[in-house]
Amino acid sequence: MVAEIGFGSLFISLIISVYGVIAAIYGTGNHQKKWILSAQQATRLVFPLLTISVGSLIYLLINNNFEVVYVSQVSSLSMPLYLKITALWGGQSGSLLFWSWLLAGFTSAVVLKKWDRDQDFLPWVIVVSLGTLVFFILLNTFFENPFVRYWQVNQDIVQSFSQPLGGFIVGPRDGGGLNPLLRHPGMVIHPPMQYLGFVAFIIPYAYAMASLITGRSDDRWIQLSRRWTLWAWLFLSLGLILGARWAYDVLGWGGYWGWDPVEISALMPWLSGTAFLHAVLIQEKRGMFKQWPIVLIILTYNLVIFGTFLTRSGLLSSVHSFARSTIGPIFLVFIALTFIASFWLLSSRWDKFKSRQVLTSFFSKEALILISIVLLLGMLATTFWGVIFPTISELVTGAKVTVGPPFYERVAAPIFGGMLSIMVICPLAVWSYVSFKHLGKLLWKPFAVSLIGIVLPIIGGLTKVPALIAFWLVAFVLAVNGFEFIRRTRLRRKTESETLPETVTRVFQRNKRSYAAMIIHVGIVFMALGIIGIEFFQTETQGTLAEGQELQLAPYTMEYEKLEIFDTPDARNVARAVVLVKKDGEVLDEIYPRRDFYYDSGQPVTIPGVRSTLLDDFYVILVDWKAVTSEGATFKVYHNPLVKWLWIGAWVIIVGVVVATWPEKKSKMAGRNNVRPK
Amino acid sequence: MAFNDLKQIEAEPRKGNALKFIIGGVVIVAAIIYLMVSSLQANVQYFLTVDEVLDKQNAGELTGRNIRLSGAVLGDSIQYDMDTLELTFTIIHVPADIKLVEEEGGLAAALHNAVMDPTRSHLQVVYYGAKPDLLQNEAQAILTGKLVGDGVFEADELLLKCPTKYEGSVPDQIES
Repeated sequence: MVAEIGFGSLFISLIISVYGVIAAIYGTGNHQKKWILSAQQATRLVFPLLTISVGSLIYLLINNNFEVVYVSQVSSLSMPLYLKITALWGGQSGSLLFWSWLLAGFTSAVVLKKWDRDQDFLPWVIVVSLGTLVFFILLNTFFENPFVRYWQVNQDIVQSFSQPLGGFIVGPRDGGGLNPLLRHPGMVIHPPMQYLGFVAFIIPYAYAMASLITGRSDDRWIQLSRRWTLWAWLFLSLGLILGARWAYDVLGWGGYWGWDPVEISALMPWLSGTAFLHAVLIQEKRGMFKQWPIVLIILTYNLVIFGTFLTRSGLLSSVHSFARSTIGPIFLVFIALTFIASFWLLSSRWDKFKSRQVLTSFFSKEALILISIVLLLGMLATTFWGVIFPTISELVTGAKVTVGPPFYERVAAPIFGGMLSIMVICPLAVWSYVSFKHLGKLLWKPFAVSLIGIVLPIIGGLTKVPALIAFWLVAFVLAVNGFEFIRRTRLRRKTESETLPETVTRVFQRNKRSYAAMIIHVGIVFMALGIIGIEFFQTETQGTLAEGQELQLAPYTMEYEKLEIFDTPDARNVARAVVLVKKDGEVLDEIYPRRDFYYDSGQPVTIPGVRSTLLDDFYVILVDWKAVTSEGATFKVYHNPLVKWLWIGAWVIIVGVVVATWPEKKSKMAGRNNVRPK
Repeated sequence: MAFNDLKQIEAEPRKGNALKFIIGGVVIVAAIIYLMVSSLQANVQYFLTVDEVLDKQNAGELTGRNIRLSGAVLGDSIQYDMDTLELTFTIIHVPADIKLVEEEGGLAAALHNAVMDPTRSHLQVVYYGAKPDLLQNEAQAILTGKLVGDGVFEADELLLKCPTKYEGSVPDQIES
């Protein structure tokens, strides 16, 4: 019954979405407001309908209705309640339904707001976002129906939604369960974050298309979609970081990023989305390069769909591609159609979006931002090429080839270095013009301070040149931002009589967005610090120890105390080692590397024991043990310097985005003008 | 500072300026393309099946080359030495062509058939490190590494997939 309700409301939502798209087009074509209003109402209906559908699937999951194929694949009796709920996005059809549900929610939120002077955008925003939704609901209804059930017809088991002739519903006693590797808090929130980011980018795209279609070439579409863009960017960033964290915590290979094609497919919209954010800034401040944001949001939109497609098509060999599926070609057709249509639209409006301003200096803010956009696009091209090169090569030469992490690393390192360098200068550069001399005056003090970033590591015995450069750049960016904040505070102190905290808050409020940007960039630099730490300085060792024996990996020593093996109520067999972390003979901490064996799926999951500090992580994996005597156990041990900054950077970025999107008080000095006071 | 700069910039002809930026842009783009092309040439790996590896090995094409290879894991062959962290197992040939895999009834079925078929070609794999959680009978292994000896492949990277653990198979204990 519940499955019928779920599928029924899914199907009705499809019809209503199609109706909404048609009504919006018809209404705007004939200037009939009532049709647009009707389209608006249709959009409102879709979200509750899909909520019923999602709710039904969750109900089926919670109640162990294993006669539903999807439930039997991703859930099992022994899974705790929260995992049963999150199994909603544990497999293909469920996660597509979840995707549609999020998009319906966002679309409703956009359509429900007051439109006042932007009435002309409304029908087109509806057409684009609801049109995208139609595509995904179509997939869910006809190709990836999460409500399909097992039926027994004579002696055969068939999978079908509706009752086959002479068939009756059957179901297994227990389901296969979510893959144990995915049963991790990080994995529970990583996919929704990723999806929120993906889906939220559809809204700015809808605005961009509305702006193109109506031919309104002002900044309005950008202002309207600014918050969507920032939140989309934040969620996508968090999705990537959580994925990295999961890899670090669970996959047990002491890494965080493997240049896996599916990781790359999530990185690509992030790269183009980041470029979009920056292009928007140039347009807002200088009215320049108005075609760039549109090009970039079109790319982002298509990469979002492409990313979903790559994850879901099973086209690639990857730890992520859990499913093989027939929906690949449909995705490609959809991407090709939207891509061609968007660029055709843009080309027909190209002249309207031309701007008169030109670049005047290499060191002006717009030029620097433009360079960083080009670098981001370079990285995007590299990753895209890396993903499609095997396919192209096979078509052209017939030889199956792949490119591995070394390819990406070699390209990424200089590009990220370049971006860090730009982050050094950018806070000091001003819009429209700046001379190198002027920049030099502002740069020398932070430069002097940044030398700490070279001197300290050298004293510490570091000789790797790339690492030294990286540390120095990190110190430089931090110094520049610090000095810039102090300088602005001082300037204000000269003219106003306030207490210091007052001044600091005022300075901050006056230019909220530029400080938010500073915070976000400091977060990025923190992440860079973590990446430098683990990429350049990771060390490892391994050994088989008897109880009480020690293994050294500078600067720490681990002592293997004992091994405990026990069963848990949720059907796991846990082998848990107790390990003491020592430094200079003194016990600092106790960690528990372990291996969980899941009875339902017959699969082990290795979970490292980690002692994490700001300076370094001591990361211990329990590799194996002598089963009967539990006398000896083998450990693999990593020392990962600075990696904690990777996660700290993520928190800093969240703070930055919250500051940037905090509702502004209407004040007369609204921080629009970013030109430095003299 | 600003006043002088301003005059200087306004005095400059705009066309010369545009050229300057075009050259700057071209230099950056060229640098990125060079980086891409040179890195690609240095890091391309063949992606092969077991059959292809054996063929090419006989032709002597693979000595010292970094290759990527996929096949089905034979569960009984998995051996792990705790003291040296030496992991050895055998992989069996599975066709790479998606159509052939589909004909066999999907990846899970293709892997199963491969492991059950004693006539298929196979390759011995050596890996040093922790034993991956997903390494089990009928898993799909994607290995990166080199051929070190006759029919022995030394992997420095292991990627494993167990299609049956995810989707696409009918559970075996059905009750009415």
